[in-house]
Amino acid sequence: MRALVWHGKEDIRCDTVTDPEIEHPRDAIVKVTSCAICGSDLHLFHNFIPAMLPGDVMGHEMMGEVVEVGPDAKGKLKKGDRVVVPFTIICGECDQCKRGNFSVCQRSNRKKDIADKVFGHTTAGLFGYTHLTGGYPGGQAEYLRVPFADTTHIKVPDGIPDEKLLFLGDIFPTGWQAAVQCDIQPTDTVAIWGCGPVGQMAIRSAVLLGAQQVIAIDHLPERLEMAEAGGAITINFDEENVVERLNDLTDEEGPHKCIDAVGLESHVSPSMPDTVYDRAKQMLGVESDRPHILREMIYVCRPGGVISVPGVYGGLVDKIPMGVLMNKGLTIRTGQTHVNRWTDDLLRRIEEGQIDPSFVITHTVGLEEGPEMYKVFRDKQDSCVKVVLKP
Amino acid sequence: MTAHISNIARSKGDPKVIRSGPSSMGAADRLAKALGWFSIGLGLTELLAAGRIANALNMQGKESLVRAYGVRELGHGIVSLSPDKHLGLWSRVAGDGLDIATLMTAFRHDNPKRDNVGIALAAVLGVTVLDVIGAQAVSARHSRPQGRHRSYRDRSGFPQGLQSARGGARDFQTPADMRAAAPLAAVSDRAPQERARAH
Ligand SMILES: NC(=O)c1ccc[n+]([C@@H]2O[C@H](COP(=O)([O-])OP(=O)(O)OC[C@H]3O[C@@H](n4cnc5c(N)ncnc54)[C@H](O)[C@@H]3O)[C@@H](O)[C@H]2O)c1
Ligand SMILES: [Zn+2]
Ligand SMILES: [Zn+2]
Repeated sequence: MRALVWHGKEDIRCDTVTDPEIEHPRDAIVKVTSCAICGSDLHLFHNFIPAMLPGDVMGHEMMGEVVEVGPDAKGKLKKGDRVVVPFTIICGECDQCKRGNFSVCQRSNRKKDIADKVFGHTTAGLFGYTHLTGGYPGGQAEYLRVPFADTTHIKVPDGIPDEKLLFLGDIFPTGWQAAVQCDIQPTDTVAIWGCGPVGQMAIRSAVLLGAQQVIAIDHLPERLEMAEAGGAITINFDEENVVERLNDLTDEEGPHKCIDAVGLESHVSPSMPDTVYDRAKQMLGVESDRPHILREMIYVCRPGGVISVPGVYGGLVDKIPMGVLMNKGLTIRTGQTHVNRWTDDLLRRIEEGQIDPSFVITHTVGLEEGPEMYKVFRDKQDSCVKVVLKP
Repeated sequence: MTAHISNIARSKGDPKVIRSGPSSMGAADRLAKALGWFSIGLGLTELLAAGRIANALNMQGKESLVRAYGVRELGHGIVSLSPDKHLGLWSRVAGDGLDIATLMTAFRHDNPKRDNVGIALAAVLGVTVLDVIGAQAVSARHSRPQGRHRSYRDRSGFPQGLQSARGGARDFQTPADMRAAAPLAAVSDRAPQERARAH
């Protein structure tokens, strides 16, 4: 089959690879009908997440049709079922899964020993991601093996196009959880950094959950325009001072809730000197992430407020104002998304027409154009916001 | 090749590369990568063999300068190999200028090693051409055209319109593990025992 394969920094290729095979009685094979490129894939593209290996198949946002089912998954899945595959692999039986903390499933990471050493305790296995989370082959491919398939799936009905359902596997529940973690009250101002796909979903979620004011921050005009269409007041950080503007919009009190939908690759600009400092340290290999957003959020958030971090961080950060965080009594909530915790509810909201996540798609191409689209998405060319691939 | 070695980290049923196809790296990116590694190699040589280089050019006493250039060259290399490779290549172009200026000071008729200096100058000039081509190509490949962008003004994502979407999911109950302190008014409205309970 064909698949997008990681070969090194900025080197993704559309390769011919062997087909995946069922290895375990709980596995299933899915024929992928649609998959997407995620902002997290860009961190892998840049080799900022440790423990990728040449030959790893990319992709963790995908859906398709079940074509083969292992004997132990048979009660729950059958050939022909239409499923969205969550990016977090879940056993459904461990203590964390039972609590709904699916992204820290204790049993799905097949390289648990390494994760235990590096993270202190293992987290869930993830598709198309580092070997620290299992190194499971991803879904930017024609076929995907789904481990623990009896629990690791979201069944979706026929009659709704892929485009509306695909993001149930990642960015929609990610934006949703980012907002839910803020426990939004009707009087809240929610500020969201980053108007990429995750930021866009977080904006829609905060609006649906009834925030009084949603403020979105970025510097790409087309993404800011999309944020505005979704109900956000926008701040262009190339043109305005983010902290001043946020204080202006909140009677100098700061936003109640802050969401980091940017992660470890904050934009570098001499107008934000700390980003230049981080970039230099990153190049020398003495800091892995650029945590500008974390610093800005801690500084501007209203005391007693909540900081929600769906943005991915890979390792070590420097100069985090812990004293400010502590004295202001801020709460930080973060994590890879507990996808299946939210998807029944979100699927219903799509079916009822409350939201249609396909608004974010700007490019749809075949798998062979995937490598070039990594570049286009990374460089924000051609007003690209979200790429969908059709294997 | 490395993709095959790393197969030891994969299980039996994992897909394995049979044949490689088109890459996200363009010719400009490959040139940047080659020049980046060249910088690292040259930088290390200048650092470790500063004496021999100074000797060959009859620039004795300038060993520290050669070493400083070595450090500079390593810097060019690191940036050229990073996602900000355009900066790395343009910094190499600037560095080439500095190298040429320095070599010119040694390109004197009374320098018995004038031939060596000439060879070095020719090499630097050749590499400068490559650097300029690479820097221009990489900048062009990865730049975002200014000014023009598509309009997404109509992409609300709410089929029933933005107004009805506002608060449309207030039926949602925040799970207990994700609650935050409620606004003061809501807290003081509640019965005292409720107030005392973590929200
Ligand atoms: N927690 C999870 O489970 C989960 C799931 C999916 C994605 N993610 C992460 O979410 C993040 C965003 O993903 P995406 O797909 O939207 O990526 P993206 O790269 O398309 O979007 C990031 C956006 O942030 C903007 N940005 C950069 N610096 C900024 C700054 N200083 N202030 C404001 N905006 C800034 C960029 O212009 C860009 O529009 C990534 O880190 C990704 O890894 C996490
Ligand atoms: Zn993702
Ligand atoms: Zn589990």
